[in-house]
Amino acid sequence: MVDALNRTLRRFPVWPIYAVAALWPAWLLWQGLNGALGVDPVKVMEHALGEKGLQMLILGLAITPMRRYLGLNLLKFRRAIGLVTFWFIFLHLCVWLILDVQIVAQIWGDILKRPYITLGMTGLVLMVPLAATSNNWSVRRLGSSWRRLHRLVYLVAILGGVHFLMLVKGFQWEPILYLAVILGLLGLRLAPKRRVRLT
Amino acid sequence: MAFRWKNTLTHDDVTPEAHWLNRRQLVAGMAGAGLATMAGGASADSPKPDSWEVITSYNNFYEFGTGKGDPVKHAHRLTTDPWSVRIDGMVDRPGDYAFKDIMAKMQIEERIYRFRCVEAWSMVIPWNGFELKDLLDLAGVQSGAKYVAFETLYRPEEMIGQKYAVLDWPYVEGLRLDEAQHPLTLMATGIYGKAIPNQNGAPLRLVVPWKYGFKSIKSVVRITLTDKEPPTSWNKANGREYGFYSNVNPNVDHPRWSQASERVIGGGLLAKRQPTLMFNGYGPEVMALYEGMDLKKYY
Repeated sequence: MVDALNRTLRRFPVWPIYAVAALWPAWLLWQGLNGALGVDPVKVMEHALGEKGLQMLILGLAITPMRRYLGLNLLKFRRAIGLVTFWFIFLHLCVWLILDVQIVAQIWGDILKRPYITLGMTGLVLMVPLAATSNNWSVRRLGSSWRRLHRLVYLVAILGGVHFLMLVKGFQWEPILYLAVILGLLGLRLAPKRRVRLT
Repeated sequence: MAFRWKNTLTHDDVTPEAHWLNRRQLVAGMAGAGLATMAGGASADSPKPDSWEVITSYNNFYEFGTGKGDPVKHAHRLTTDPWSVRIDGMVDRPGDYAFKDIMAKMQIEERIYRFRCVEAWSMVIPWNGFELKDLLDLAGVQSGAKYVAFETLYRPEEMIGQKYAVLDWPYVEGLRLDEAQHPLTLMATGIYGKAIPNQNGAPLRLVVPWKYGFKSIKSVVRITLTDKEPPTSWNKANGREYGFYSNVNPNVDHPRWSQASERVIGGGLLAKRQPTLMFNGYGPEVMALYEGMDLKKYY
């Protein structure tokens, strides 16, 4: 069954991922401007972009374990998923800067003084080199150091999960589940690799 | 005693939707030209009340879920009739006071108050209700009492958010007795002249307009007069972030965000933030309560 799925996925093009990623935020913005996001559209946009970014990050991290343990090959979509993650989190920042906080002095104060914002910003900044090297030319040029560089995504994922956990009020399960899934996916990578026996 | 305080905010009986959208410009104008009047506190020209839809669909009432839209979705399960409030502790006439009997004795008036959430957003709400002091007088406060403790209904089969340990249920709050007896301190039973909807804390809730919204405990079932500072829910959950007093104060930040300004709910996607006023603009009325107190220490 996995083989059939893999065959189908091989025929499926990558470009629709980029198309949806470009159109969805525009649709959100259109809804927000037209009062279709409720009485607090700023928070709805901010949270939707942050949450989708975190989900894409998790999806990207799941690709290697899915291939290793389930035989499901989504590798060809991984670059698109990574770039879309960066795009959503970048827009998440833009909404926060432009529509939410607005006041420049307060923005710097928040980034430096508030740990959850400091962590979130760090995560986004660390994604910049990853997004910038998500192209064939960089992969060729950087060789084996490309792989090492892109291990930064593990740190980015933890920062993203902790950022969510730290911003909620009271004891809430949702951010705990996100962080647990992230740590679980990272933990799977620590398991010893199965050797192929040549007997 | 009713009518001890006169509304400073204006109010149209029925305000068309377009007006709420125009609030954006009003608020934008306020940010610049209004600074001088703002220093004067409650006399500041403020925008008109938010619409019924805004006030009743954007709520923090964790007993029905942590999302802003959860209370309006789930609060219909709550049975508010019959309802009674147990008033006990240091009072002359302790007992269960039926909501109907309370309403028969209290004089209902309208109070248009600014409402400032600790999450740095704000609204303007036309409450109907009576002064808490009148209810306390009904029970007869004894001379040794110094604080008032409040408790929300605990009924997880109807308040489905109580099935999760987001907070230590039931929700409890407290005021110093002089704060509780202040003429601004209201027990709200209505909004826009209609019975208060469940998601806003039916059938009666506290409203303390110079404190962050979480102090204004909803769906109250118990009021206890005591001589000790009572525990309060958010303080128990995170004492560093939520103090007993929790007066609106632009100079004391929440550890995780600034309290210097606020987002105005109902102004749309492009609404401008507005500066937060000391004591939410009620400084002239309540400043005397805190004379000599370090408000950075007693946040």
